[in-house]
Amino acid sequence: MNRREGEGCPRRNADAVQDRDASANPSSPVIAAFKVFQQELDTKHDKYERLVKISRDVTIESKRTIFLLHRVTSVPNAEDILNEADVKLDAVRQKIGQIAEELRGEDIFQFHRAFTAGIQEYVEAVSFLHYIRHRSLISLEEINARLVFMRTEKGSAEAVQPGGQVLTFQVTPSDYLLGVADLTGELMRMCISSVGNGDIDTPFQLSQFLRQIHDGFSYIGNTGPYEVSKKLHTLRQSLGKVEDACYALRVRGSEIPKHMLADVFSSRTTLLDPEEGVV
Amino acid sequence: MSVTEMFNYIQGFLSADQDVREDIRKVVQTLEQTAREILTVLQSVHQPSGFKEIPSKCAKALELFCTVRTQICNLKTKFPAEQYYRFHEHWRFVLQRLVFLAAFVVYLETETLVIREEVAKILGIEVVREKGFHLDVEDYLAGVLIMASELSRLAVNSVTAGDYTRPLRISNFINELDSGFRLLNLKNDPLRKRYDGLKYDVKKIEEVVYDLSIRGLAKEGETGGDK
Repeated sequence: MNRREGEGCPRRNADAVQDRDASANPSSPVIAAFKVFQQELDTKHDKYERLVKISRDVTIESKRTIFLLHRVTSVPNAEDILNEADVKLDAVRQKIGQIAEELRGEDIFQFHRAFTAGIQEYVEAVSFLHYIRHRSLISLEEINARLVFMRTEKGSAEAVQPGGQVLTFQVTPSDYLLGVADLTGELMRMCISSVGNGDIDTPFQLSQFLRQIHDGFSYIGNTGPYEVSKKLHTLRQSLGKVEDACYALRVRGSEIPKHMLADVFSSRTTLLDPEEGVV
Repeated sequence: MSVTEMFNYIQGFLSADQDVREDIRKVVQTLEQTAREILTVLQSVHQPSGFKEIPSKCAKALELFCTVRTQICNLKTKFPAEQYYRFHEHWRFVLQRLVFLAAFVVYLETETLVIREEVAKILGIEVVREKGFHLDVEDYLAGVLIMASELSRLAVNSVTAGDYTRPLRISNFINELDSGFRLLNLKNDPLRKRYDGLKYDVKKIEEVVYDLSIRGLAKEGETGGDK
C-alpha cells in the first residue's frame, strides 16, 4: 500500500473534507443519531460545568470562614466571630442547596468529581467551627442533618409549605474523611497561634484531639480513598508539630514569661518548617 | 459520638464498599473472558478464508452474547441499581469492548451502524439510566470508535483477500461516521482522545481506496483519487 507523505496538499484535503460532509446526507439516520448524542452530551457537560462553578463558590466561602475562625485565638470576644462564621456557613449551605437542586433526579456519582473539592472544604470549615465551640468532632450525621433544604416553586424558603419538597444533600463518608483530614492542618495552625497568644491550655487539648483523629486514620489505613494516604502523611507532620509545641510549653513554659513564649516558639517552628508562619 | 466511634463507623462503610467492589471485579473478569472469546471469533474475518465465513462467525458471536447477557444480569445483582456511576469505572472498559464487538457483528451482517438501542438489546441492558443498568452514550461512542479502527484494518485485508469493493463501502461508512462525530462538542476527556484517532482511520481507508482507484481495480470509481 502506498504511503503518501504527510498531509499532502492542504487544499486537496480541505476539498476532500468538504466533499465528505456534503455527501453525508443531513437526514441520514447516522447524522440524526449524532445530533441526539450532541444534545445529550451538551446537556451533561453544561450541568457538570454549573456544578463546578457552584463548587468553586463553596470552596472560596468555606476557606474565608476558616480564615475568619482562626482569629478567635487573638480577639477577646470570640462569640462575635463564631456568630459571623455561622452566617457565612449558612450562605455556603444555600450554595450546597443549589448543588442538590442540580443533582435532583441525577445519579450523584456521575457528577461527583465536579463538587467533591467544595464539599471537602465545607466539611473542613464546619468541623473547625464545631471544634472551637464544642471541643469535639462533628459527626457525618450532624453535617448531613443541616443539609436539608425546603424547595418550593419560587426557590428556597425556610418555612415549610404544603407544596414544598424536601431536598437533601448527603456528604459521602469519603468526602467527610478527606475534609476531616484537612481540618487537622487548621487545628495545627490554631495550636501554634494559640501558644503565641499565651493560651497554654488549647495546645494540650488539641494534642489529645489530633492524636485521636490520627489514630482513627491509621485504623482506616489504605482501605479509604487513595488521597487519604497522602493526607495521612501531612497529618503525622501536623501532629508532630503540635506535640513538639506541647513539649516546649511543658519544658520551657515554667521558666519563660508568657509574653516571650511566642518568640521562643517562633524560633522552634522556624526550625521545623520555614513555611509555617507564627501569628 | 466520639472520634473513635466516628472512625469505626467510617471503617465499616469503607470495608463494605471494598467488598462490593471485589464482587463486581469478579463478575467483570468473567465478562472480559467472554469478550475475548467473541473477539477471537470475529478476528478471523481478517483472514482471506475468513471472508466467506462471515455469516457463520456472526452467528457464533451472537451465541456468545447470550453468555454476556447472563453475566451482566449477574453483575446487576452486585450493587444497588441507583449507584451505577459509583462503580461504573469497574466495567467501563469491558462494556466499551462489548459495544465494539456488537457493532462489528452488526456491521458485518448489515454494513450499517448499529444504533444504541440495538446494542443495549444485544447486551441485555437499558438505554435510559432511570430504567436500570444502562449504556452510557459515551461508552457507546467509544465502542463505535474502536470499531472504526477495526474497519480500517478490514479495508486493508479485504484488498489482500481480493475483495476490491468492500473498501469503498467501508470508506463511505467511515466518512459518514466522521461527519457524525464532528457534530459533537467533546471535552478534553478520553473520548475526545479516542475520537482524535478516527482521522487516522479515515486517512488509511482513503489511501486504500486511492490505491484501488488509480489502478482501476475498483468497480465504483466515485471517491478518492480520481481528481
